[in-house]
Amino acid sequence: MRNDIYVSVNQVSCYYGAHCAVDNLSFEVKRGEVLGFLGPNGAGKSTTMAMITGNLAPSAGQILVNGIDILDKPKEAKANIGFLPEQPPLYRDLTVDEYLRFCAKLNRVGKAKINTAVDAAKQRCGLTEVGKRLIDNLSKGYQQRVGIAQAIVHSPAVVILDEPTVGLDPIQIREIRRLVRELGGEHSVILSTHILPEIQVTCDRVQIINKGKLVLSDTVAGIEQYMGASSLVIALKNAPVVTALESIPLVNAVASLGDGRFRLVYEPESDPAEQIVQTAVNNNWGLHEIFPEKRSLEQIFVDITTSEADNKSGVNVEHSRDTEGAVA
Amino acid sequence: MMMMTIAAKELRALFLSPMAWAILAVVQGIVAYFFLIFLENFLQLQPHLATLPDAPGISSIVVAPLFATVSVVLLLIVPLLTMRLVSEERRNKTLTLLMSAPVSISEIVIGKFTGIMIFLLLLLALISLMPLSLLFGSSLDVGMFLTGLLALTLLLASFTAVGLYVSTLTTQPTVAAVGTFGILLLLWILDLAGTTGDTPTLLAYLSIMTHYQNLLQGIFSSSDVIYYLLFILVFLVLSIRRLDAERLPH
Repeated sequence: MRNDIYVSVNQVSCYYGAHCAVDNLSFEVKRGEVLGFLGPNGAGKSTTMAMITGNLAPSAGQILVNGIDILDKPKEAKANIGFLPEQPPLYRDLTVDEYLRFCAKLNRVGKAKINTAVDAAKQRCGLTEVGKRLIDNLSKGYQQRVGIAQAIVHSPAVVILDEPTVGLDPIQIREIRRLVRELGGEHSVILSTHILPEIQVTCDRVQIINKGKLVLSDTVAGIEQYMGASSLVIALKNAPVVTALESIPLVNAVASLGDGRFRLVYEPESDPAEQIVQTAVNNNWGLHEIFPEKRSLEQIFVDITTSEADNKSGVNVEHSRDTEGAVA
Repeated sequence: MMMMTIAAKELRALFLSPMAWAILAVVQGIVAYFFLIFLENFLQLQPHLATLPDAPGISSIVVAPLFATVSVVLLLIVPLLTMRLVSEERRNKTLTLLMSAPVSISEIVIGKFTGIMIFLLLLLALISLMPLSLLFGSSLDVGMFLTGLLALTLLLASFTAVGLYVSTLTTQPTVAAVGTFGILLLLWILDLAGTTGDTPTLLAYLSIMTHYQNLLQGIFSSSDVIYYLLFILVFLVLSIRRLDAERLPH
C-alpha cells in the first residue's frame, strides 16, 4: 500500500503571519500518476509545491514522500523528489553538461552513473546538441528544458513541475507535454499550470485549489464526462412562444437568448435533438441552427473558483456539480 | 562529499568569471610592491643592524609587516569574494535547487565556505612565494613565517565566515559586500578604543587585530588560535541558522 502512494499530504496548513496560504489540505499521488494542479493566482499552488519539496516548512500537518516524512528525514525524502520551480534554478555561467553533472552529484547519483544519468536526461529533454553551450546563451525554451532535465536527472520517484510550459512556443509546449506524459509512466508527476487544455492533454487526475482549499479532485475522464453536453442551442426563424418549446419531450427548461435563439436544457443521458428537429419541421419554425453546448474545463474552473466564495461548505464536489448542472 | 561538490562548484564559478583572475593579479601586484619596499628598508638598515647585539632579523623587518599589509589588502578583497555566495543564489532563485536537493543546510554553508577558503589558500600560497624566496639569500625564521601564515589563514577564514553570514542576510550582493566590509573594519579598529591604558580592555580583546599581531610576532598562543576558531564557528552557525529559517513561512 505504502509503495503505491508516492506523495501523501495530510491536513497541511501554511500561514504567512495571519494570512492563511494553505488551509488543511490533504491529497495523495499514486505511483505513475500525473496530477494536474490548478488554481487562480495566489491560490496556494506554489506554496504547496514548496512544502512538498521541503523548501517551506508547513505550519501544521504532515507530508510523506515515498513514505518518508519530509521534516523528520529531509535528506532521504528529498532524494525522491525532482523539482522544477516556477523560475528554473539555472547557473547561467555553466554549460548544460556542467550544470547537469553538478545537479546529478548534488542528488547523490553515484560517480559511475553520472555520465549515463546526464546523457539520459539530455536525451529525454532534447538537449543532446546543446550540451556544450552556456546556459545563458540558450533560448527560453531550451532553458526551460534544462530545468526539466535537472528535475529528472536522478530519476526521482516524484517529479514536481511548477508551470513548465510558461513562455514556450506552441511546438515546444507540445514537446514538453509529451515529455510529461512519458514521465508519468515511471515517475509520479505533479504539474501546476494555468493552461487548462494542458491538464486535459497531460494529466490523469485534476485538482483545483482555491484560497488554499481543495475544491475539486477528480479524474480527467470524470471531468470530461461532466463537461459533456446537457443543453442545446437552437436558432429559429419563426420563433414560437416559449411554452411551445417547453412542451417538447425530454426538454427541462428553455431560456430565450433573443434574436430567435433559445437554450434548451435537457435531462443528462438523454438526447432530444431528433425530437426537436422533428417538431420544428412539423410546426414550420424555420430551424436553421442547432448545436450542443459543451462546458469547457475553463468554465468549470471559473464556476468552481468563483462559487466557492458563496459556498462556504465547499469541498463537497458532488454537491457543487449538481447545482452547476442546473445553472448551465 | 556533498560539501566538496558545492565547494568545487563555488570555485568553478569564481574562475569562470574574470573576477578570480583579476583578484589574483591585483593582490599579487600590490603585495609584490610592498615586499620590495620592505626589502629595500631592510637593506638600508642592515649596516646599522649588524652593529647591534640581538638585532631584529629579516623575518621581523620584512615578513611580519608584509603579512600585516596582506591582511589589510584582503580585508578589502574578501567581501567581494563572499558577497555573491548566498545573496546571488537567492536573487537568481537558484537557492531552491540546493534547498530541494538531498543536502543539509550545514553542508551547503560549509561547502560554500570551503570553496572560498580553497581560493584564498591558493592566493596565500602565491603570496608566500615572496617571503620564501628570501630563503635563498638569508636566514629566514621559518617558525615565525609559519606562525604568520597560520595567522593569516585564520584571519582570512574569519573574514570569509563573516562575509558568508552577511551574504545570507540579503538578496543584493553589493549590500552584502558593504555590510561585510563595515563589520570587518569595525572589528579591526575596535582595539583603538582599548589601547589607551596599560591593561587590555574587553574591546581590545574582542578586536580581530590584537590576536593577529600576537601571532605575527611569532608568539603562538592557543588562546589566540581558539579566538579565531570560535569566531569562525559562530558565524558559520549563524549562517546555517539563517538559511534554516528561510524554510519557515514568513
